[in-house]
Amino acid sequence: MSKDLPKAQTGIEGFDEITQGGLPRGRPTLIVGGPGSGKTLLSMEFLVNGAMKYGEPGVFFSFEETEDELAQNVASLGFNIKALKEGNMLAIDHVKIEAAEIVETGDYDLEGLFVRLGYAIDSVKAKRVVLDTIESIFSTFGNTVILRSELRRLFRFLKEKGVTAVITGEKGENTLTRDGLEEYVSDAVIVLDNRVIGNIATRRMRIIKYRGSSHGSNEYPFLIDENGFSMLPVTSLGLDAKVTDERISTGILDLDAMLGGKGYFRSSTVLITGQAGTGKTSFGMEFVRAACESGKRSLFITFEESPDQVVRNMRAIGIELQPFVKRGLLRIRADRPTSYGLEMHLATIHKLVRDFRPDVVVIDPISSLMSIGEEAEIRSTLVRLADYLKMSGITSLFTDLKHAEQPRESSMISSLVDTWIFLESIESNGESDRILHLVKSRGMAHSNQIREFHITSKGIELIPPYVGPAGVFTGSARYAQEAKERAEEVIRAEEFDRLKAALEQQREVLESQIEAQRAEFANKEADLQRRIEAENRRKEAIESSRRHMRIMRTNSSKRGD
Amino acid sequence: MAGQTPKSLAAIANLKRMSEDLTDYEVHIEIIDLQKDPQLAKVDQIVAVPTLVRRLPPPMRKIIGDLSNEEKVLIGLNIRDRGTR
Repeated sequence: MSKDLPKAQTGIEGFDEITQGGLPRGRPTLIVGGPGSGKTLLSMEFLVNGAMKYGEPGVFFSFEETEDELAQNVASLGFNIKALKEGNMLAIDHVKIEAAEIVETGDYDLEGLFVRLGYAIDSVKAKRVVLDTIESIFSTFGNTVILRSELRRLFRFLKEKGVTAVITGEKGENTLTRDGLEEYVSDAVIVLDNRVIGNIATRRMRIIKYRGSSHGSNEYPFLIDENGFSMLPVTSLGLDAKVTDERISTGILDLDAMLGGKGYFRSSTVLITGQAGTGKTSFGMEFVRAACESGKRSLFITFEESPDQVVRNMRAIGIELQPFVKRGLLRIRADRPTSYGLEMHLATIHKLVRDFRPDVVVIDPISSLMSIGEEAEIRSTLVRLADYLKMSGITSLFTDLKHAEQPRESSMISSLVDTWIFLESIESNGESDRILHLVKSRGMAHSNQIREFHITSKGIELIPPYVGPAGVFTGSARYAQEAKERAEEVIRAEEFDRLKAALEQQREVLESQIEAQRAEFANKEADLQRRIEAENRRKEAIESSRRHMRIMRTNSSKRGD
Repeated sequence: MAGQTPKSLAAIANLKRMSEDLTDYEVHIEIIDLQKDPQLAKVDQIVAVPTLVRRLPPPMRKIIGDLSNEEKVLIGLNIRDRGTR
């Protein structure tokens, strides 16, 4: 987008961003659209903002509506035409041309129009001019040769006057505009669209042409509401965002601790994914509660519940939101996903953010948007939204509903968020335990833990982690594991005692056995001793009787018997 | 008219001539030069120039051009119906 081309700001946020400054100054811009597309409104806002915000008086030439009709139409948007007229910042002329009144009888030109235009411009020293919609003259005056040449003259006239002009035209069937105005206005061409696709109405703006720059065929969604035109600005992909060290509490002290002691980074994007019932909304709400308690403003956007339901559900877990709503610190906005098109949702969010200026935005859940668009579309618009929030210094938290069949840790925007928390409910031992997995957290040393948590009547509580040799356990499984280990210790101790006792016993047995054997041995020894003694006595006896017999023989031989 | 252009001058000349022929009618001609009184363009809703505005009798008629086509002028002024002399 050329930055050298001088521009006239429209004062419509998003529009000036997209065009990098507004409309080409001193040149005509053609705005094309069907009935009700917002042409008149856009042009009027261009003038009103010009007068009120930039001190540039303007002239509005209406070929279709009367002055009163115009004033009425824009009064509901807060534009006070009357005051601007009285202050000489705005001149309005209703050019009424009734074909029935007119008879052409020869050569003529449209000098009357020029006179009026010149007079109006001079009367307020206008810098901006709107002709809405000049195509009317095509249906009134039959002489196209004259018309063409006069139109060319008109645009020369406007350029000479140095005004930034906005020309509106009806959309044609085969041509851009019904009567070919684009022939004359070639500096910038904008098309406004109000399409209805399957019951969903979406307004889009397209910049077909912008002199001095190449423009993509991007379509930009916009809203028209009680404050006028509202566009979702295109942002560079957040790469220019200010990096900040400030933190903001998650609302759960232990979670703050897990994130390096202090909480989420301000202006960061947080994603909480999980299946139904895992507690995503509750985490979002703890965050909101903490923010409101510290006086910050929070915007909570829900696609699934009504504001009353939200308040009630949170009350059950100890988060009382009603006082914050009353004090204007919390705004809860509920929309059905199918209420409007994707762009309208985002344009609405953008507008809410602009009006309410929250510090914190929670969107619960982004997955609801899947029913109204293709994933690629949704992703790209979420990227833009996340960037916009980041650049506005807002800390945002998105929840994303996962379905059972989807891969465990996946989300369409996980790659662009700063902090990603995954919630899960695990069944074990017939119980359901809740765990939290801090999947990633950019920019801080995080504990990378899986933590168990409870949702109690006092809110979310994280449980100190148990890490044992068998891995991480939760809930009763964890207690069981602890008990098991204790038991194992006891068993080991008991085993030892038993062994000791057994050994002791064995020793005793052994000793008694030894004793018995010794006794037996002693017996045998004694026995043997006795036998020896007995043998000795017998030998003795034999010996003695032999001696005795010898003596007797000797005695008998002496006697000579 | 808006300034003395050939078209406007021709229209004035034609008008004067025709009005001389309209002896049955009371004719009042007012010549307004928008260059001198531009704000009157808005009042009378003048876009094309030269324009001859027939105010009375109603309905109002705007006859634009140099009035060179006399027939059309008279029809436009309702002075002559189509098909009559």
